[in-house]
Amino acid sequence: MSYRYDYEVITQWIAPGEKVLDLGCGDGSLLKHLAEVRQVQGYGVENDPDKLLACTRNGVNVIQMDMEKGLAGIEDGFFDHVIMSLSLQAMHNTQGILVEMLRVAREAVVSFPNFGYWRHRQSILNGRMPVSESLPHQWFNTPNVRFFTISDFDALCEMNGIAVRERLAFDEGKLILDEPNFLASVAVYRLGRGG
Amino acid sequence: MIQPQSVGVVAPQRAHFAEPLPLRSGGSLPEYELVYETYGELNADRSNAVLVCHALSGSHHVAGHYADAPKNIGWWDNLVGPGKPLDTRKFFVIGVNNLGGCHGSTGPMSINPASGEPWGADFPFVTVEDWVEAQARLADRLGIARFAAIVGGSLGGMQALSWTLQYPERVANAVVIASAPKLTAQNIAFNEVARQAILSDPDFHGGHYYAHGVVPTRGLKLARMVGHITYLSDDAMGDKFGRSLRHGKAIYSYDVEFEIESYLRYQGDKFAGFFDANTYLLATKALDYFDPAFEHGGNLPAALARATADFLVVSFSTDWRFSPARSREIVYALLHNQRNVSYAEIESDAGHDSFLLDEAQYHALLTAYFDRIKV
Repeated sequence: MSYRYDYEVITQWIAPGEKVLDLGCGDGSLLKHLAEVRQVQGYGVENDPDKLLACTRNGVNVIQMDMEKGLAGIEDGFFDHVIMSLSLQAMHNTQGILVEMLRVAREAVVSFPNFGYWRHRQSILNGRMPVSESLPHQWFNTPNVRFFTISDFDALCEMNGIAVRERLAFDEGKLILDEPNFLASVAVYRLGRGG
Repeated sequence: MIQPQSVGVVAPQRAHFAEPLPLRSGGSLPEYELVYETYGELNADRSNAVLVCHALSGSHHVAGHYADAPKNIGWWDNLVGPGKPLDTRKFFVIGVNNLGGCHGSTGPMSINPASGEPWGADFPFVTVEDWVEAQARLADRLGIARFAAIVGGSLGGMQALSWTLQYPERVANAVVIASAPKLTAQNIAFNEVARQAILSDPDFHGGHYYAHGVVPTRGLKLARMVGHITYLSDDAMGDKFGRSLRHGKAIYSYDVEFEIESYLRYQGDKFAGFFDANTYLLATKALDYFDPAFEHGGNLPAALARATADFLVVSFSTDWRFSPARSREIVYALLHNQRNVSYAEIESDAGHDSFLLDEAQYHALLTAYFDRIKV
């Protein structure tokens, strides 16, 4: 398993034996990890045939679905946690999927690369699109379609009545407490329904 | 990894069951025979058996060929063999001809012990559940308490699903391909047209055509033509035949003009030459009746609560007869019950028949799934 430091945070937020849905689950590494250390009953969602194959090889449940169309068929509140690890920025239907996530689970866990990270700002100031550990692709081949910052996401949650229950921010693995929108490259959120 | 190979020369086997088989339709078959084939070796703890259930017109002849008929290759030969997705170096694969079939198992062409004549139309209705019961007895005979996997496409997928409900403890994995939890009204409608074609053939003789030395080939041909249309996609048919005219122009006749007409007639004739009309009637009714949720007020999640197997459900994008939406019904009902289930919708332009073809993604997925099954 390639080391992904957001996995550690996500794992801490998952209680043993939970029902977990992982959207954009890739090769199923996170679910495999959660099954091993949290004994979750996990399901991944993917739409890429190669990643479906990888999940199958990893022994992870995976359901092929186009998340852009929502999560129709999955019952309201069926899952304890729904996770979207470093995939939200690759979704067109950003608001729609957040609504769907909080429909099918009582809590959503979302992580994304922070476009406001100072190195990214520096790169833009130098006239080039940022390429970093958290934004590893070039502008011409990136799967990402949304480029947003921690502040942007906070504003979106407020606008949509989504409760931010917890937020942790990192600079390439190191916890950042001050000025996360400037100093953190990745943010991990624990979200609930507003109110 | 070796280059995929055929299982080579195979020979069918026959098992006789003297104990009556109670049937869903009431009554029972006093005794019966099943014809089956096996590929690979049963391992020491008998944990590597895979049952392959056949669809409407299939049989026990799943892989390999016969010594005296090298061109008679099993219907899923691309899937079963050394180095193939269902690798016979690892698995002991069984194909069985269903009851009511016309490839050797007891069916309408067999002698009815009560009359000494072929059963014909008197052969009782058999259901998917009855087939599973008969297969379970064959498994007992072969010393297989639990299958590593039960696999099937279309009507075969219904049998695999039914196995997980009738004998949950006997199925470790169920692979349900291009199937559905029940037919739609549209599906039943197509089956009814097919049956009416057979039933209205003057050579049908109420199903007792064997005694008259004739077979209702015209009805069976029409039935197959209707079925065949539904197994292909509009795009596939368009790509292959389009509106091509045999004479290059319309000649205003009811002879073959469009190439698709030629193709359907050829397929219909070929089928009518070897398949039994009574079996076609029985098998389409078995399809129509299958509905495990019926006893649960139509609640499929409640019906599937009994299943304990791990599932792989596969559909094909252009399959309109058993559409991806129907497979998803199974997937979400299993999800509701927190079963281990994976689902793939394979991009294919070949319609329902895709499950028989060499789609690379489909075969790669099956390979990955069967690879991870521990035996």
